[in-house]
Amino acid sequence: MLPEIGHASLIITMVMALVSSIIPFALTNTYVAKKINEPLLVDLLRATRNIVWGQWFFVTCALVILGIAFLQNDFTVSYVANHSNILLPTQYKISAIWGGHEGSLLLWVWILCLWTSLLAFTNASLPLLVRAQVLAVLSMITLGFLCFIVFTSNPFDRLLPDFPMDGQDLNPLLQDPGLIFHPPMLYMGYVGFAVPFAFAISALVNGHYDRQWAKWSRPWTKAAWAFLTLGIALGSWWAYYELGWGGWWFWDPVENASFLPWLSGLALLHSQLACEKRDGFKVWTVLIAIVTFSLSLLGTFLVRSGVLTSVHSFASDPERGVFILGFLTVVVGGSLLLFSLRAEKLRTDIEFKFISREFLLMLNNIFLLVACATVLIGTLFPIFSDVLNLGKISVGPPYFNTLFFPLALLLLFFMAVVPLVSWGNADLKLKKNTIIISALISAVASLAFQWLYFNNLNLKVASILFLCFWVLLLLLSHLDFRHINNLKSSWSRQSSSQKNMHFAHLGFVISVVGIVLTSIYSDERDVSLAYGETIKVGGVDFTFHGVSAAQGPNYMATVGEVSVFRKNQNPLVFYPEKRYYLVQNNPMTEVSIDAGLLRDLYVALGEDLGEDRWSLRIYYKPFIRFIWLGALIMSISTLIYLFRKKPIPHRVSG
Amino acid sequence: MSPASLRMKKKLAFIIPLLVFATVVPIFFSALFEENKEEIPSPLVGKPLPDFLLPSLLDGQLLSRADIVGEPFLLNVWGSWCPSCIVEHPYLEQLSHSGIRVVGLNYKDKPEAARAFLEQLGNPYHRVIVDETGSYGLDLGVYGAPETYLIDARGFIVLKRVGVLDERVWQQQFALPWAKVKEGR
Repeated sequence: MLPEIGHASLIITMVMALVSSIIPFALTNTYVAKKINEPLLVDLLRATRNIVWGQWFFVTCALVILGIAFLQNDFTVSYVANHSNILLPTQYKISAIWGGHEGSLLLWVWILCLWTSLLAFTNASLPLLVRAQVLAVLSMITLGFLCFIVFTSNPFDRLLPDFPMDGQDLNPLLQDPGLIFHPPMLYMGYVGFAVPFAFAISALVNGHYDRQWAKWSRPWTKAAWAFLTLGIALGSWWAYYELGWGGWWFWDPVENASFLPWLSGLALLHSQLACEKRDGFKVWTVLIAIVTFSLSLLGTFLVRSGVLTSVHSFASDPERGVFILGFLTVVVGGSLLLFSLRAEKLRTDIEFKFISREFLLMLNNIFLLVACATVLIGTLFPIFSDVLNLGKISVGPPYFNTLFFPLALLLLFFMAVVPLVSWGNADLKLKKNTIIISALISAVASLAFQWLYFNNLNLKVASILFLCFWVLLLLLSHLDFRHINNLKSSWSRQSSSQKNMHFAHLGFVISVVGIVLTSIYSDERDVSLAYGETIKVGGVDFTFHGVSAAQGPNYMATVGEVSVFRKNQNPLVFYPEKRYYLVQNNPMTEVSIDAGLLRDLYVALGEDLGEDRWSLRIYYKPFIRFIWLGALIMSISTLIYLFRKKPIPHRVSG
Repeated sequence: MSPASLRMKKKLAFIIPLLVFATVVPIFFSALFEENKEEIPSPLVGKPLPDFLLPSLLDGQLLSRADIVGEPFLLNVWGSWCPSCIVEHPYLEQLSHSGIRVVGLNYKDKPEAARAFLEQLGNPYHRVIVDETGSYGLDLGVYGAPETYLIDARGFIVLKRVGVLDERVWQQQFALPWAKVKEGR
């Protein structure tokens, strides 16, 4: 009975979304011409808000009901039978809700409804009509996704009358704490970009966009970007310890799909900033908002039975593919059509100088978008070459890796210089000494660090490290270090948005340092060791002591024991496992990692070679934690400053 | 230039994003139906497998075309960086168990990562050729991984599949040609 109620709540939400997406636009003309009496109109627009809350309520019901079906092992529901099992631990039964296609779409819609409700609740200073329009655009997206769920991917479909006694279990790769939170974070990001998108559409419809709009939508963009950063970092961390060969980023289409909106979201943030401060770049901001959300949609689709089906299929169901692509065409095509018709109205001619913060920010945004386009082309190339029959060209990680280096150089350079340049008309002569001295210090520091820590000089590493140090020094030059009181007051003089910028840039630099040092200086060995044998990797002695058998709730395991002797301390002991999951009959490697801020030691168990010998993978990975530490700093600081912002002065709605 | 024509020009610029999108969409749609169509024949189908001299993944010994040609086999292009290859892997194991010779071409991959991949998921391959730079992939016309080629006893390419090989694809595209090359026709 419950699954039918869940199904019914989805249909109710669908109808509500239809209503709330029609009312505001139907009333736009009447509202402008004041054809019907004011109180009635206001009531109708207010009703939109209540309908939006209703949608959230019913989607929550559906989500909870699906959760109950998992907890009760209701294998008459086909989605549960395919993604759960009696032996599956409870926390994974919960995360299995979004472990498959249907459930993760439901989670997507739930988050969208959550954001929409929050928007309805918070932005009281928005003019009533604009707010209703923004809610309407978001409701249209909800509607599209709900149609997709109800018509092609219903999570409540039953397997009656012949249902299995036990389920097929969740893919063991997904049975992991990192993956419980990875999809929700990622979706918070993807879905969050729907808000600036809705603002952009409303601006195009009204033919009006001012700096106030940028101010309204910027916090939403920031939140979305912060969650996306967190989601990507979680995914990469998971890949690192779960997939078992020590990589943290593979440039596969699914990863790229999350990286694309991250890049353009970054451009959107900076463009909104320039728009808010200088009342210009409106067309750009609107366009980037559309592009960012389009890429989020594309990302969702690439991940979920995506557009890449034909070449590298995860799940091929042409009906779903057609629906998805049709929806994408309507949303993106429709908004770009609107853009081509109305963008002219948003244009403002502002004068800007070459050396000014707004100009450099725009230049930086162009680099970001070029990077974004390069990744996009690389990701979609298999499709294009397939369809156009171009043949002999192939794309792999090397293509993307060549991209990363120049991109990092350019971004770091802008990150160092742009915060020193003021809005409008800037004069860099005043800052000349600071720039030159800090550059010299950074150059020496980067070479010295590399030489002393790694005993090596590598030009690529040196150039990146140089820029990183430079960014940090120039960041510190905003503060006054002559006395502790000066330091405090110079920090508190910074606005919360500036503080946010400093932390976000700091996080970025830390991530880049991690990426560069790990990729160049890792020591990775595949070795065959006999019981009691020792090997040196990255200057550390590892001793293999043998293997033993163990049993988990839904798997059997072989556990190896490897130890590292340390002076004046207990030895480090590693227990890498090879697991065999009983239901899906899958072997899995569980690596054992000693994590440290400055280095990770990574041990994975390979094959039994007979005669008490095993193959093992032993890695020394310097600074790899910096990658995720930086991402954490970027996202957490952004979220914190979002809530510590001074409230926007109240405006009378009208 | 007069202000009016300048404005006209600016106005035209706003259509560009729409035009770009409009060119991409048909490609997506045809990609979607690609699977139902016949696979676009590779220019190499019906031609001999290009020659090579590349190391073997597991023992480092140099292999050439002559070492693997002689009886029919499947040439499977894969990499540890490719998630679809993980999806495909169990089916290759199954094929291998049923006595079909599968030769792996480890494409644009680090050999140590590739060995780790096989250690973890099992090794269905009779031999694995290492093409770290992707130069042999270029000779073959590889788009990406996974790809599977059916090679007959003379070393000629009979069939090429881009994407995951599974039971359905095997039954639809490979089963018959395989039976034919097995009989030596």
